[in-house]
Amino acid sequence: MSAHTEHHDDGHGHDDGASHSTLKGYMTGFVLAAILTAIPFWLVMTGQFEKSSTTAAVVLGLAAVQMIVHMIYFLHMDAKSQGGWNMLALIFTLVMVVITLSGSIWVMYHLDHNMMPSMMDVKSLP
Amino acid sequence: MSDSPDLAKLIFGRLTWDAIPFHEPILLWTFVAVAAGGIALLAALTYFRLWGYLWREWFTSIDHKKIGVMYMVLGLVMLLRGFSDAIMMRMQQAVAFGHVQGFLPPHHYDQIFTAHGVIMIFFVAMPLVTGLMNFVVPLQIGARDVSFPFLNNFSFWMTSAGAALIMMSLFVGEFARTGWLAYPPLSGIAQSPDVGVDYYIWGLQIAGVGTLLSGINLLVTIIKMRAPGMTMMRMPVFTWTALCTNVLIVAAFPVLTAVLGLLALDRYAGTNFFTTTLGGDAMMYVNLIWIWGHPEVYILILPAFGIYSEVVATFSRKRLFGYTSMVYATVVITVLSYLVWLHHFFTMGSGASVNSFFGITTMIISIPTGAKIFNWLFTMYRGRITFEVPMLWTVAFMVTFTIGGMTGVMLAVPPADFALHNSLFLIAHFHNVIIGGVLFGLFAGINYWFPKAFGFRLDPFWGKVSFWFWVVGFYFAFMPLYVLGLMGVTRRLNHFEDPSLQIWFQIAAFGALLIALGIGAMLIQFYVSFRHREALRDHTGDPWGGRTLEWSTSSPPPAYNFAFTPRVHNRDAWWQMKQHNYERPTADFIAIHMPKNTGAGVILGGISTVLGFAMIWHMWPLAVLSFIALLAVAIGHTFNYQRDYHIPADEVSRVEAARSELLANHV
Repeated sequence: MSAHTEHHDDGHGHDDGASHSTLKGYMTGFVLAAILTAIPFWLVMTGQFEKSSTTAAVVLGLAAVQMIVHMIYFLHMDAKSQGGWNMLALIFTLVMVVITLSGSIWVMYHLDHNMMPSMMDVKSLP
Repeated sequence: MSDSPDLAKLIFGRLTWDAIPFHEPILLWTFVAVAAGGIALLAALTYFRLWGYLWREWFTSIDHKKIGVMYMVLGLVMLLRGFSDAIMMRMQQAVAFGHVQGFLPPHHYDQIFTAHGVIMIFFVAMPLVTGLMNFVVPLQIGARDVSFPFLNNFSFWMTSAGAALIMMSLFVGEFARTGWLAYPPLSGIAQSPDVGVDYYIWGLQIAGVGTLLSGINLLVTIIKMRAPGMTMMRMPVFTWTALCTNVLIVAAFPVLTAVLGLLALDRYAGTNFFTTTLGGDAMMYVNLIWIWGHPEVYILILPAFGIYSEVVATFSRKRLFGYTSMVYATVVITVLSYLVWLHHFFTMGSGASVNSFFGITTMIISIPTGAKIFNWLFTMYRGRITFEVPMLWTVAFMVTFTIGGMTGVMLAVPPADFALHNSLFLIAHFHNVIIGGVLFGLFAGINYWFPKAFGFRLDPFWGKVSFWFWVVGFYFAFMPLYVLGLMGVTRRLNHFEDPSLQIWFQIAAFGALLIALGIGAMLIQFYVSFRHREALRDHTGDPWGGRTLEWSTSSPPPAYNFAFTPRVHNRDAWWQMKQHNYERPTADFIAIHMPKNTGAGVILGGISTVLGFAMIWHMWPLAVLSFIALLAVAIGHTFNYQRDYHIPADEVSRVEAARSELLANHV
């Protein structure tokens, strides 16, 4: 569909990006992903931690590691793929997501605290 | 509509004859006028046998230049609709004092101000900005088309489908009465049970698909398809601003899609995201929609900044002053635009720490913007300035936008905002920056690139008439609103008691009339330029003494843009090529691989309109059918393998030889 087979990208690009996919790479990724899925399952099923908040934190942490495994082994992203654009896009995305989520939580915490009549208050009204 | 009400209800949902506004004379006469005009247009198209031409050469075209032009036409047509809303509001507010109620009842007036905002942002400013980027960016980076040519056509038709739905709301049912961002709880099902908000949701969701896809398309185009040698720091500034704008589109529009999706769930499926019962919180809607909404205003203004940069350098016959600082200012604005959203709702009750953080970030954003203004001024300093129409718009912008920017910094101070929030001061401020910034830039861009698109310049006399009516009209229309805002008059009122305010509204209405004359002069300008196109013909392809690669092509450019991909050695690539006595290649052409036209975009857009209409009116069987049809056509299109063709080398030689002859005769 592209009309531009003779175009090059900005001079970086003989290799069109991805680090080479090999069976070994996919197997490593698969094993890591399976382990990272099994651990949270085991944690929740056996109740290793007393506090559920600890479990939640560990599970979320493992989920973050899982995302990185997917990006490296399945999406073949590294610092150099696509002439560095993938890395730049990833960093930008992370910055945006962090701003949006942390900003919203901060703002909504304040709004909720200042403006929302909680059910307790309504009941305790004379 | 039928003998058996159950069947009629199944097929037509909520749609009954009551939805047609027979009882509202203004709407009825508008409808009659629009219908008569529409029939006349269709008849003319049929009489002059233009349907085949339009379908082959425009509707199904995946040439980025033609799609760009179609976006511009859509934007200008919708400008007329959005402006007629504006002038009705101005007339209403000029007369409705004391016992005079004016001609617009509140029910109708509320729809008008909502439609005005929605149309002006989503269906005027966005198509005009996208259209200019579509037309100019591939030419500026030395590419033959965008990265995904079919997607480009599809994006345009999705935007048009959204616009069509909004227009339908005028005559079938009604539009939202909620203000342009449809805050709940007013936009919730309890307060707005009719179809207005549903028109809003589906119109924007369908157009949003187009906007997002076109954002991805242009982003990939700029990153992957620059001519060899054009490093990032050699890109024209307009391309830089287009890059940043499309980054913002890709990052921000999914938030709008998500928040409108949640609102739709509240209205259709009975969820409680924004209802304050069962754990919902309407303030979350306001928070989320401004996380999209603030980047949105930079999506509009950044390309306008790019246009001014091109225009100032060209008409001062100098290199742009401070290219590097211009680029960094653009990037800084891009990131900062995500850090200021709360300044739209300082008064909602966040408290001092949150408000001061967002107040300060908002003030910081004026620093890179101010740096840009100084760069433009220093570009003009000691330049050989010619005051062609695009340059006039640019100078007017610098004065007007500076005023708008300063009132913006005033609004960024939270305590001041508590006094000015939702007052006419705010209305004056954002019209000051959107008209004085975005629209002036778009008009500069239209006058600047028109000869490239059509091969003849726009008539400068009528351009100047339009310019003066617009600029003077703008000041008459909006400076009184600053005064009224400082006196505490709030927005969105259709009737006033205090007669001492009336004079200010009458001045504003006079300004709106001047703007109407400005728009009229612009239409005359198009007509006169078309009539005198031979006298205004641009034979060189470079009517202004341009600096960037688009001026190296003929006007209008051939379908393939560049017979050979240019090599770039410097910023202002074309200027440098001219300095080094660049010789056009005139032989050894090779066949050029090009994408082929397809009707799939039009069909998908049409089905999406039907789907949206069915969802709005709860016509469930039709909704299911059209959704299946949408999937079927989309999947069917993937089996279309005849997507490309080659322009033979002979054809390229013939086109280029014709250009050589033209240049030899006229230069």
